[in-house]
Order: sequence, then C-alpha cells, then structure tokens
Amino acid sequence: MKMYSFTVAVAALFLLNQQQDAQNIIKKVEKNRYSDNKYVVSTMIIHGRRAVRKIKAKSWIKGEEKSFTEYISPARERGTKMLKIKDNLWMYSPSSDRIIRISGNMLRQSLMGSDLTYEDMMEDPVISSHYSSVILGDTIITNRKCWKIKLKARTEDVSYKKRIILVDKERFVILQDERYAKSGTLLRKVSVKKMEFIQGKWIATHIIFKDMLKRGKGTEFIINEIKYNVKIPSYRFSKSSLKR
Amino acid sequence: MIKFILKGLLRDRSKFLFPVLTVFSGVMLTVFLYSWMNGVMTEIIRTTAHFQTGHVKITTRAYAKEEAQIPNDLALTDVDSLLTSVRLQFPDIYWVPRIRFSGLIDVPDEKGETKKQAPVFGIAVDLTGKNETENKILDIENKIVSGRMAVKPFDILVSTLLVEKLGITVGDNITLISTTMNGSLVMWNFIVAGTVNFGISGLDKSFIIADFSGMQKALDMENCAGEILGFFKNDLYQKEKSSEIALAFNSNYNDKNNEFSPVMTTLYNQNDLSSIIDMASKFTGIIAFIFIGAMSVVLWNSGLLSGLRRYGEFGVRLAMGETKKHIYGSLILESLITGIIGSVIGTIAGLAIGYYLEYKGINMASMFKNATLTVDNVIRADVTIYSYFIGFIPGICATILGSAISGINIFKRNTSQLFKELEA
Repeated sequence: MKMYSFTVAVAALFLLNQQQDAQNIIKKVEKNRYSDNKYVVSTMIIHGRRAVRKIKAKSWIKGEEKSFTEYISPARERGTKMLKIKDNLWMYSPSSDRIIRISGNMLRQSLMGSDLTYEDMMEDPVISSHYSSVILGDTIITNRKCWKIKLKARTEDVSYKKRIILVDKERFVILQDERYAKSGTLLRKVSVKKMEFIQGKWIATHIIFKDMLKRGKGTEFIINEIKYNVKIPSYRFSKSSLKR
Repeated sequence: MIKFILKGLLRDRSKFLFPVLTVFSGVMLTVFLYSWMNGVMTEIIRTTAHFQTGHVKITTRAYAKEEAQIPNDLALTDVDSLLTSVRLQFPDIYWVPRIRFSGLIDVPDEKGETKKQAPVFGIAVDLTGKNETENKILDIENKIVSGRMAVKPFDILVSTLLVEKLGITVGDNITLISTTMNGSLVMWNFIVAGTVNFGISGLDKSFIIADFSGMQKALDMENCAGEILGFFKNDLYQKEKSSEIALAFNSNYNDKNNEFSPVMTTLYNQNDLSSIIDMASKFTGIIAFIFIGAMSVVLWNSGLLSGLRRYGEFGVRLAMGETKKHIYGSLILESLITGIIGSVIGTIAGLAIGYYLEYKGINMASMFKNATLTVDNVIRADVTIYSYFIGFIPGICATILGSAISGINIFKRNTSQLFKELEA
C-alpha cells in the first residue's frame, strides 16, 4: 500500500513538473512573439482548387488586442480594410463604401478565400490564458529539435479544443500546430517553413495554413516586412480610419 | 335481352342502386385522387425545375457533386461561348445562365451603420437583358407585389416576408454580404426595385432575385455562371428527350479527370426527383390496381349478399329450365350495365371536381409553413387524358370481377335439390 501511494505521488509530481515545464515553454514562446507595436507587410498565397491567388496586405498591430489591416492587391481587394479591437472585427469594403461588423456565422467564413477563417484572426494569441499544456515528448522537425506539447482548452470560447504544437527548443517558435475540434477531428494544420531573426526576435516568416476539411494545397502566409516598436497613431485603431 | 335486363335492374332498386353507388363513389374518388396527385406531382416538378433544376442543367463536374453548398468557386467559366454552343446544338430548348447565392442582407441606418441583418438566399437571372425568357419561366412580373421590375444591374427584387422582417421599402439601399467566386467576403450595394411574392413558403421567407450581370460583377464572376439551365419550350419535362440531350452533350465533354469540365444533368437525376417522377409514372398503375382490388372485394361481397337475396330467383329460373351458364351470363351482363352507368357518372363527377380544383386550387400555405420544398402554396389538380380512363375501365372491370366471383355459386346449385330448397 505504501509502495502504491509512493508511486502515485511520484507520478503526480512528474505530471505537475511536466505541466510547469510546458507552461514555462509557452510563456517563452509568447515572450518571443510579443511586441508593443508592429508593422507588417505580408503576402497570402492561396492555392485554391482552380487557381493560385496572391493577396498583399499591410497591418498595424498594437499588443494583442488591436490590429488594422489594409489590403493592397489584387485590384479587386485593394482598399478593403479590417479593424480588430478585442473581440470585435469590422470590415470596410470600398465597393459598398460600408463598414460592417463581422460576427456570428460570418466569423467562420474563409478569410479572402484562404484556409484561414475570420475566427482564426480573432483568436486571442495568448495561449497560456486559454489552454493548459503538457509536454508529450521530444521530436525533430525540419532539422530542428522540438518539444511536442499538447494544449487542452481551459475555456469554452476557443475555436479549437485541442492543439498539438511543436516548439523549437532553441528559438521558442511554434514550428507546427495541429488544431482539433472537440470531436477530435483535425481541422487545421499550421506549418512553419522559414524562420528569421529580426530585431532580436526569432519569427516565422513563411507559414503554411491548411484547412484539413478543404481540398487544395493550403495557404502560404509570407511576411515580407516586419518592424517592431513602430509609432502607430491612435486614430489608426478607430472605425473612422477604415473609410480614410 | 339487354332491354329485359335493363328493365329488371331499373325496377329492382336493390339490384341496381347499391352496385351503381359503389362504382360511382369508387370511380369518382379515383378520378379525383388521380387528378389531384397528378397536380401535386406536376407542381413539384414544375416549380423545382423553374427555381432549381431546369429540365436539364449544366454545371462543372465539381459543382454538381457539391451543389447543396452552392459552391460558386466551382462555377462554369467562359459561359458566353458555352451558351452559344448549346443554343446552336439544342435549339429546341431555352438556355438560361444563373447564379445561386446565399449570404446576409445588411440594412444600414442613416449613419451607414448596421440597422438590421437577415440571412438570405437567392438566384441571379437575366432581368435586364433583352431576353424575356426568365421573366416567362419564373413569371416574375406577375409576382411583383409593389415597386417595379429590375431594370438596372444592381436592382434587386426582395420577397415580401423578408421586406417585412427587415423593415425596408422599395427604393431603399441594402448591402448583400456574400462570398465571391474566389471565396472572399464581399459587400455589395443593391437597390430594392420591387417586392415579390411567389406564393411558395420555402422561398418567400428569405428570397431575393438579382440581375445576372449585376451579380456576376458583385461576386467577381465575369463570364462565369454557377449553372446553365435548359427548359423545354412547352415547359413540360420530357424524361427520354432530356436524357438524349444530356447524353449528346456529355459525349462532347467526356474528360472525367477534369473536375471543371461541364456536365449536363437531367431533372430526373437531381434533388432526389427520380423517386417522385418514378412514383408519378407508376401512380396510374398503382391507383388502378388498388381500385380494381378494393372495388372487386366490395362488389364481390355485394354480389354474395345479392346472391343470397336472389337465391330463390335463381332457383326458380333454374327450375324453369334456364341453364346455369345463361343465368351466370345474364348476371355478368347486369354487372356490365351497372358498371358502365356507375363509371360514367363517377367519371363525370370526378372530372367535375378535378376541373374545379384545377381552376381554384387549394391553398396549403399553413401546411407548407416550415417546408423546405419548393412547391407552390396553392396546389391544383391536373386533369389529363388519363383522368378520363383511370376510373372508368377499372370501374367496369371491378364490377364484372365482383359478379363473376360471387356468381360462381350458381354452378353449385343442384337441380334435383331445387324444389326442396324452394320449399324450405
């Protein structure tokens, strides 16, 4: 009996230790990713069933809660703007000259026809506040040593109830992220193809998003330019800036 | 002989009235029921063809597989040349391009902010072109309740219930939020040109009709269409002919590995309509079979009762030297006469009800309140040439069959026992 209690205690201690280790890793990932203000120029390459489309955008991001994106090409999407403040997302379309709040089912629509949804865009990037984590083991991906970590949703308001992430042991960048539904179905797979060291941070600059329920080769997300700690005027994150 | 039997029938009400009434009610019900069911089936097929399937439909192979999701990203491209080609190859058919779409209607307030939103689905048809085909097929002009027909590409017709729900009026600006052919979210402004009521519960709740050229622009579908529908010029679905057309068309585009190559599907092979069409074609046979079976049993039973009642009569006739065959024959002749009389008046009554319901119809809106089926709320009977025979022939057959079975007892009578039986 004593032996049994001892084994259980050791196992619990081990699990607790694993969880603490995983939480520390996640915090380091978030620290690496976090910046007060960011300016990003990105290109989305959408490999659809019929054609490949390139969409270029400029984004201004303040912390984790505010972002403003303006699409600059192709011609059809030029001038489309999106503003995210906390849990709200507004979209401006030059064709209608209207600002409309994206909510409800619309959030589950594909973002510009890509493998991402508006909901993905809205999701709070702070993993530690929504998921409990545990290390599953070590692995190697694209010649990088990684921790394999399982994330389990602690709150109901997240799109993915379970995630399996691979975190680079040296650079604290998530190299692969498998996102699952409550039923256990793999919904999305995110793979990092390229990392760059910019302004003292390792950042994924070429990512592939794949909607696993959709045919096609997925969506490439390429960061063309990134600047940290840029000055962003406060009007940028107001609804009136959408129509400017 | 016939005159003698007729006199006998008319003078003895019990010989005549019950069988004639039975045949009359059976034939009348059959004729009416057949015409009614025929009307229901025809209406389902007609409305579904007009709004969803056409008599034949051209889409891409990929679109055909995922049609329920309205996958405009898998739409037909180079539609203008495809239309020219099918119009040349099959000139007996009206060919119309369409785009089906769904999304949200957003109504702005004075500041341009969202006042109200509602989910919608709709079709984009050629409203502003010179071709009046779509107007004829969908009878749009006659369905306009207020406002006018769409005359500009971004004019839109909104169903009356949706107009009420959104609190909009003719002339208002509304924004359609949908997805383009590339899958991007699109917001496009339209003007409410008019309100329409198709009298179809499944449509009238949240339906809009837009102009095809306008919707092509809004959904980034230049020279593309979700589907091309074909309609026979007499507006009647012809199963064999449509199969021949589809076969001829598909033999020109037989690249099965190209999911974007066009494919033609007949109405029969869409929306599970095959079961309805098969049922409709078997319906005549089923009705005749049920009718003959049921009526024969009733008339057999009536013949047996009549046989019991006329037990003495048959005995006397046998005693007087009439042969069993002759009595049996006269019984059959009697039933033929009652069958003809019952069937004639039954058919007339059934046709009268059928024609009345073809003209007036029955409004079944309350039944279709939550139905997703595209069928007119007013269901009408459809009297066809078959309605004239569907009850008449089985009416006669059932009467003869009933008498023939019940009359067999005549042959069981033994002449030597007759007087004993009669004394008893």
